[in-house]
Amino acid sequence: MAEKVGIYVCHCGSNIAGTVDCEEVARWAGQNIRDVAVARDYKFMCSSLGQQLIEDDIKKEGLTRVVVAACSPHLHEKTFRRACQNAGLNPYLCHMTNIREHVSWVNNDKKAGTEKVKSLVSAAAERVKHQQPLEPFYVKVNPATLVVGGGIAGLQATLELADAGYPVYLVEREPSIGGHMAQFDKTFPTLDCSACILTPKMSEVGQHENVTMFTYSELEEVSGSVGSFKVKIRKRARYVDYDKCTGCGICIEKCPRKVVDDVFEAGLGYRKAIYTPFPQAVPRVPVIDTANCTYFQSGKCKVCSKVCPTDAVRYDQQDEIVELEVGNIVLATGWKLFDCKRLPNYGFGRLANVYTNLEFERLCNAAGPTNGKIVLRDGKTEPQRVAIIHCVGSRDSRYNTFCSAVCCMAAMKFGHLVLEKTNAEVYSFYIDMRPNQKDYEEFYQRLLEEGMHFVRGRVAEVTDAARRPEEQGKLIVQYEDTLLGEQKRLPVDMVILMGAMEPQADAKEMGLKCGISCSMAGWFTERHPKLDPVATMTDGVFVAGVCQGPKDIPASVAQGAAAAARISGMITNGKVMIEPIVASIDEESCSGCRVCNNMCPYNAIEFDEAKGVSHVITAMCKGCGTCVAACPCDAISGAHFKNDQIYAEIEGILWDAQPSAAGTAAGGG
Amino acid sequence: MSNENFEPKIVGFLCNWCSYRAADLAGSARIKYAPNVRIIRVMCSGRVDPSFVLKALAQGADGVMIAGCHPGECHYIEQNYKAMRRYAMLKHTLTALGVEPERVRLVWASAAEGQLLAEHIDSLVADVRKLGPLCWPRNWEESPERLKALEEIEKEHAEAMEVQA
Repeated sequence: MAEKVGIYVCHCGSNIAGTVDCEEVARWAGQNIRDVAVARDYKFMCSSLGQQLIEDDIKKEGLTRVVVAACSPHLHEKTFRRACQNAGLNPYLCHMTNIREHVSWVNNDKKAGTEKVKSLVSAAAERVKHQQPLEPFYVKVNPATLVVGGGIAGLQATLELADAGYPVYLVEREPSIGGHMAQFDKTFPTLDCSACILTPKMSEVGQHENVTMFTYSELEEVSGSVGSFKVKIRKRARYVDYDKCTGCGICIEKCPRKVVDDVFEAGLGYRKAIYTPFPQAVPRVPVIDTANCTYFQSGKCKVCSKVCPTDAVRYDQQDEIVELEVGNIVLATGWKLFDCKRLPNYGFGRLANVYTNLEFERLCNAAGPTNGKIVLRDGKTEPQRVAIIHCVGSRDSRYNTFCSAVCCMAAMKFGHLVLEKTNAEVYSFYIDMRPNQKDYEEFYQRLLEEGMHFVRGRVAEVTDAARRPEEQGKLIVQYEDTLLGEQKRLPVDMVILMGAMEPQADAKEMGLKCGISCSMAGWFTERHPKLDPVATMTDGVFVAGVCQGPKDIPASVAQGAAAAARISGMITNGKVMIEPIVASIDEESCSGCRVCNNMCPYNAIEFDEAKGVSHVITAMCKGCGTCVAACPCDAISGAHFKNDQIYAEIEGILWDAQPSAAGTAAGGG
Repeated sequence: MSNENFEPKIVGFLCNWCSYRAADLAGSARIKYAPNVRIIRVMCSGRVDPSFVLKALAQGADGVMIAGCHPGECHYIEQNYKAMRRYAMLKHTLTALGVEPERVRLVWASAAEGQLLAEHIDSLVADVRKLGPLCWPRNWEESPERLKALEEIEKEHAEAMEVQA
């Protein structure tokens, strides 16, 4: 019996209809494509009325197949499948073809666009006739979740899930959780103390019965898929027994070796060779930095071991690999600071009193190397004039084109702190001021009132080469005031560079481990930039915080919570749907050549010695279809992407081409 | 037919995860490119059976594009490498069948590279336009160069078999 195909061409308002004659396509399809029972065009197919149209036609006209020519199937395939299901048609008998992203939005020529749409509709109609009803699979969701990254986004996700009663494994690369937020003194725009709002969350995570922390650890390997991932975590050797250590800190106090702390103190302060990054660290168990430890370098010392009251120091500790099973993964791996030395004209690393934003955070932090005193590198002179340079490494086509989103506000926070703590003048050199969240504009107004100077213009150079007497011994900022249209020089004592937030150096590698991709700039790619900002293209892998793109603390917290909410939903549901797009082998046709066996990266194909044929372990198959293409006997078929379906699609897509005399011969495969 | 007025028909097999998403992104970003490539979605470039390409050419396509995730970034770990291997063999076969191998192109585009995919499409369309209509396999015996190419490949094969024996 011939199929009855319904074709629906969406106008998407003027998004499609602007460059495609949708009425003409529907008319043409109704007259020219075989087995088409209904062909309609409609303003918005995804609206409830549009969906109703499909449902009514299935019921009244007895449609057996549905083609929707609209936007990307990544957006609305589920919508139309559901509509079909509502009307009693198997959802896999519906096919979407993308005439918006792939035609109307990339083409201005209405005639060419309309012809292209005709070929895509024809392809979909031919294909859909070969589609078969399928039933999705369901897999159980392991209630445990892995959170990678113990910054504020990861902490929020961890707490939300743990409070909901689900086990969470939190992996953090540094010896303590807390992330960048732990380095800050104040947070904009409210100026509340960063530690005061962060440390309660840190200790809550540290003490939570549902949280297992792996600090000083890294995610090594991920396998499996949504609902049941298997992960390997490398617990780096701390050289301190985690269970015996009480965190008393005597070892740190007595350690004779002082080291410049490049990580937490941003190079401004010191730590010991055995250390916790900061006093409120969670956990309080220290780690030994073997590269700087006298014992590890020369075999002598052992002071930490001698003073430890619980005998917790273990010089022979080894890295440990822990294997865990989790249902979902949250990546909250954060960011790193742009290397300000890449802009040599700003003198960072060469001119002592040029600071990065992270250095300045430590400088004004009450727990920092100067106890919060804003002084020059000599450790005692208070600056008379401070220049803050915005957009260092961001909004700059040479480095990063993106806006780092937080620097305008952080620069004003710094301005406020300098004005509050010193008698210095503050000059801010900006391209555009972007205080664009709740209460941010008010903070800007406040700083204007407090007397911070805002100069619109990019700084060309920071130099110590004086030209005038008043410039002697100062740093001179050479800039263009673009509002005055003048080149100017300003002698200052201190320069703060607002360095860009950049993706972690190993973000791409981390993405590959978890099967997700990065944007051109290197941020993790979310499933949909507006409507699905925490999910990714890999089911069960979520992103939160700056690793997805530059954002401030409130937005990071919101994303952490959002990821947790998505995961809670899946855990509560207990099961998750898997598309039935898998391969299967017809034993009758299989010659037992085993070509397919090595094709599968998931080892989902097994050879049955007794029968002399291969078969697919459905639960392990991810549906790529590589084995289908490799089988020399056509014994493997890939559900929903079967050979006959794709051949039909090819025939349909070339409906207007001239098939040569022997054209059908190659179709056999 | 003058090549300037000739509008090639090209079939594109795009993988679901990277290149199809790149095409989606090109759309969202309103990047304009030649309308000649008609896209068929497959789950992975590794799904592209060489017979799909031959089928498309025999059906009247003047060129074929296969697009996948960048090497090392495959959603299915390593299946784009299998596409790469097949592509190398397919080009050989195409020559033997009298089709200029330049008509079939394998490209990589990540989900973030809408612009790059559009450039690949424009470049393939321009190159196929230069080559002219394919009309395969009807016109292949007409060309002595193609027959010569076939002879050379047969010779190569014969030599390879001797080495194996």
